[in-house]
Amino acid sequence: MTDAAPTASATPEKRSKLRAAGHDAGEWLFGVLLSPFVEISALFKLLWEALFWGVRPPYRGRLFVEAMEFIGIGSIFLVSLTAVFVGGVLALQLVDGFRDFGAENQTGAVIGLALAREVGPVFAALMVTSRAGSAMTTELGSMRVTNQIDALVTMAVNPVQYLVVPRLVAGFVMVPVLTMLFNVVGVMGAFFVAVALLGLDPGVFMDRLKWLVDWDDLSQGLIKAMVFGVAVTLIACRQGFYAEGGAAGVGRATNRAVVQSAIAILMLDYLVTSLVLGEGFF
Amino acid sequence: MKVFRNNLIRLTRPPLPPQVKDDAVHVRIRDVNKNYGDHHVLKGVSLDIYRGKTNLIIGPSGSGKTVLMRQLIRLEKPDSGELLVNGVDFAKLEGLNLAAMRRTFGMVFQMSALFDSMTVFDNVAFPVREHTDLSRKEVRDRVMDRLSALGVAGAAHKLPAQLSGGMQKRVAVARAMILESEILIYDEPTTGLDPITTEMVDDLITEAEELFGVTSIVISHDMASVVRIADHLSFLHLGEITATGTPQELLHSEHPATAEFMRASRISLD
Repeated sequence: MTDAAPTASATPEKRSKLRAAGHDAGEWLFGVLLSPFVEISALFKLLWEALFWGVRPPYRGRLFVEAMEFIGIGSIFLVSLTAVFVGGVLALQLVDGFRDFGAENQTGAVIGLALAREVGPVFAALMVTSRAGSAMTTELGSMRVTNQIDALVTMAVNPVQYLVVPRLVAGFVMVPVLTMLFNVVGVMGAFFVAVALLGLDPGVFMDRLKWLVDWDDLSQGLIKAMVFGVAVTLIACRQGFYAEGGAAGVGRATNRAVVQSAIAILMLDYLVTSLVLGEGFF
Repeated sequence: MKVFRNNLIRLTRPPLPPQVKDDAVHVRIRDVNKNYGDHHVLKGVSLDIYRGKTNLIIGPSGSGKTVLMRQLIRLEKPDSGELLVNGVDFAKLEGLNLAAMRRTFGMVFQMSALFDSMTVFDNVAFPVREHTDLSRKEVRDRVMDRLSALGVAGAAHKLPAQLSGGMQKRVAVARAMILESEILIYDEPTTGLDPITTEMVDDLITEAEELFGVTSIVISHDMASVVRIADHLSFLHLGEITATGTPQELLHSEHPATAEFMRASRISLD
């Protein structure tokens, strides 16, 4: 009988601990499930603010030029280098695969189509993410944690208008330009591998390419590039703009920006493709 | 283009309410409350900031000093209460009027917050280029004039990272004062500085007041500085103002937390 008392008192204590642990786990799970929606709503809020401030004066042309130079001109080498090898490897794989059933003459056509519709915009956006997106997050994050963004506010300068709008516009304009560059350089890389190294007829390569790839294919890629350009810069700016927790926090924000951008590019790729083609909806 | 831009902004902004500029009290803070979730940080803060004086807000860490500063400059909006600047309620302003009223204030952040991608000259010129129609030469003259007055003209073409902490503070003051703001707010200006630089910054605060005739608001818990520069003190404890007055008056405060803080600071006004 004397032992029963501690056992009885321990049981409710155990139960309340279990209940608390269950409550914590529930909260954690709720937070995890909710976080993508919170993140997406924060992105749309920032986009709305950027649209609101983007149309209002003052218009700072110099900042737009600087952002375009940073995102566009600064990414030319990286995009070109990637395009040469992507085009080359596509040519290698396709010639090898098509030879099995004597269709290697179609290599130019398929490469042109793949680059224009998918590979060009996706790779160009991924390269912009890795080079310019991460740098933008780091720059804005550092400005946030060292009060430079607060300093802008105290000087009556809207930080979204000053920091986010030029970058968004630059992403919207320059990612399509880089996509076109990727397409051209990619075709050149593929042409070199297919013709010079694998012995395909140059006339046939170009003829097939011109035969299959038309303006609709290019425009589909450019629409995607515009969407990716806005998405990538928006994510980079959002993560940097609201970074907290000192240098470590800026590092985490940059990491999140790159991962989220890569996921967003691939998800939006499917979404835009299905919208343009009018099929493939769930 | 710039003139057109600035005129467009002026035209689209509704007029500010009339300001009272001959009152000895420059800013009246009345019953300001701020909550973060369940955490009630500012609990009905009321105090007066005197025109042309060095007004210090002191208190232990976590008392709400920085939160009060953020409300004062409207980096955040108070949940309730009034911030009467020259008689205009700054807490209620929004949009372009808020932006216009912000120019009444200059802010010197704890770590100076200079734009690290710009030179000292461009940092100081930034507010002038953003808010005035001055020509290139006029901007240059005004900036160099301010930098010379504060003894940092020689650093005009350096980047902030190339300057010492004390020099960065001087540049931050020059930037905060370039639009001839009436009120200069310093957030913990001497935290983390060595005693010599601390004294230099204290001199800088009084110097700025004498040179430009500004009202200074200094958020601090550095009592040695407080004694050197304060005209008027307010003690913030757990989100409430528990004592206000001259340093002498606060030293003899009977409020337990204030008295304890003063005793622990081991300051003497003799």
